[in-house]
Amino acid sequence: MTRPKLIAAQVGVAVVVLLVWHVLTNYPIFGDVKNAQFFFSTPAKVIERVIREIFTTEIWHHLWITLQETILAFIFGAAGGILVGFLFARREMLAAVFDPYIKASNALPRVVLAPIFALWFGLGIWSKVALGFTLVFFIVFFAVYQGVREVSPTVLANARMLGMNERQLLRHVYWPAALTWTFSSLHTSVGFALVGAVVGEYLGSSAGLGYKIQEAESVFDVTGVFAGMAILMVFVLALDAVVTAIENRLLVWRPTPGKAL
Amino acid sequence: MQSSPDQPAVSLDGVAITFALSGGKTYQAVRDIDLTVAPGEFVAIVGPTGCGKSTLLNAAAGLLVPSAGGVEIFGARLSGLNARAGYLFQADALMPWKTARDNVAVALEPKRVARAEALRQADGWLARVGLKTFVSSYPHMLSGGQRKRVALAQMLIRNPEILLMDEPFGPLDAMTRQIMGNLLLDLWAGDRKAVMFVTHDLEEAIALSDRVVVMSAGPAATIIGDFKVGLARPRDTAEIRLDPEFHRIHKDIWESLRAEVQKAYAFGEAG
Repeated sequence: MTRPKLIAAQVGVAVVVLLVWHVLTNYPIFGDVKNAQFFFSTPAKVIERVIREIFTTEIWHHLWITLQETILAFIFGAAGGILVGFLFARREMLAAVFDPYIKASNALPRVVLAPIFALWFGLGIWSKVALGFTLVFFIVFFAVYQGVREVSPTVLANARMLGMNERQLLRHVYWPAALTWTFSSLHTSVGFALVGAVVGEYLGSSAGLGYKIQEAESVFDVTGVFAGMAILMVFVLALDAVVTAIENRLLVWRPTPGKAL
Repeated sequence: MQSSPDQPAVSLDGVAITFALSGGKTYQAVRDIDLTVAPGEFVAIVGPTGCGKSTLLNAAAGLLVPSAGGVEIFGARLSGLNARAGYLFQADALMPWKTARDNVAVALEPKRVARAEALRQADGWLARVGLKTFVSSYPHMLSGGQRKRVALAQMLIRNPEILLMDEPFGPLDAMTRQIMGNLLLDLWAGDRKAVMFVTHDLEEAIALSDRVVVMSAGPAATIIGDFKVGLARPRDTAEIRLDPEFHRIHKDIWESLRAEVQKAYAFGEAG
């Protein structure tokens, strides 16, 4: 499929979804239109609300807060995950001792932590950063841990035969391997950083996209909820595009499947 | 670290290597190995698959500690990794995140060569192995043969006194193998190092080496034959195969090897 065709098809999906939504909420197919609009709003209203929102300064303030929380959660989570992942991969004893605790805390649904974080870090951005951290940390931790342990034994033996000491091995072999795995988990972890931020805001805050959605929800403003979700989706797409750009820059050495050089 | 001419570069003395398997069982890969490689000598080790040829090489590299017997490098007992040896692996051993140039240059870092100088030498070595235009390529962009050339440059740039090669051209196609063989002989002819070259390809062994050592089938493999290869140098690894002398040597060695290959095959079938 060529690129213009692909984009046309992708836009087509959105058009069909909006059309179905429009028809079902504007024509009395399943009973009263008023009822349908109360529960599902209409695409026209949602689009109108989104446009109105983006011309206010308020939404940009909320977006900025959410972005800050996402980035901070990602940085702290990734740094922690890399550090601990590295340490555990190189010190088998530590990994063995902490194994059940790591598994247990990873299995814990993070939402239950949100109220505790709000208690510890207040209702500002740091409680959301903490929530995002708990999500990002484990993704990066597992990726790095596995990545460092699964460095090709041949590459490692070769580097050792070249005379590398522990520090040089770390720099030329383990670190790049760990970084590769961090980046392979980047899309997921940035996504989870955002989830942490928005869920945190949703559960208790005074700013951010999650707060915005929660606020609309509390007055049964379905149009507002959908508008908030739409803005969130565009925001996620933009963030993902940035991640892809960074990834392509840093992992130039990686083979791209199915692309002739 | 001067190599004294009277000391063998590598000397394996009564080496046996036993691996511990799961469930408390053990597997003796090789036993009673007595093998010396003189400085400047090119020794090929052939044997059926699974006979512990690579195990032997790893012992000489210090990657494996023998269960019995000793390894001496230029008369000194080997402990830890063999710092005087370079190792060419069968599998891809290049760092995939480094370009060809960086892969070769990084080999000089443990020797504390300044980076600019290391890069300059790396370019020189890559040119010598015929990869002048590929210095900035990452390993995945190179063919199997090209990656082997980079690995060769990476090994040789350190100027090791002993070259250990573990079926280095095994994964390559027949044409590329001959080209790589000639390249290796060209580079080696410059300043003859001691070479231990493991291969399962008898013709390759004869074409390259001064001496062919034949191993028996595993388990508990040992050396069952040691043949001098008196073919004149310089050689062309493709043309030398037409030499009557080559055929005579091949016939001699094959006679001792054939029974072992059949044994290895039977063992493999039996599980």
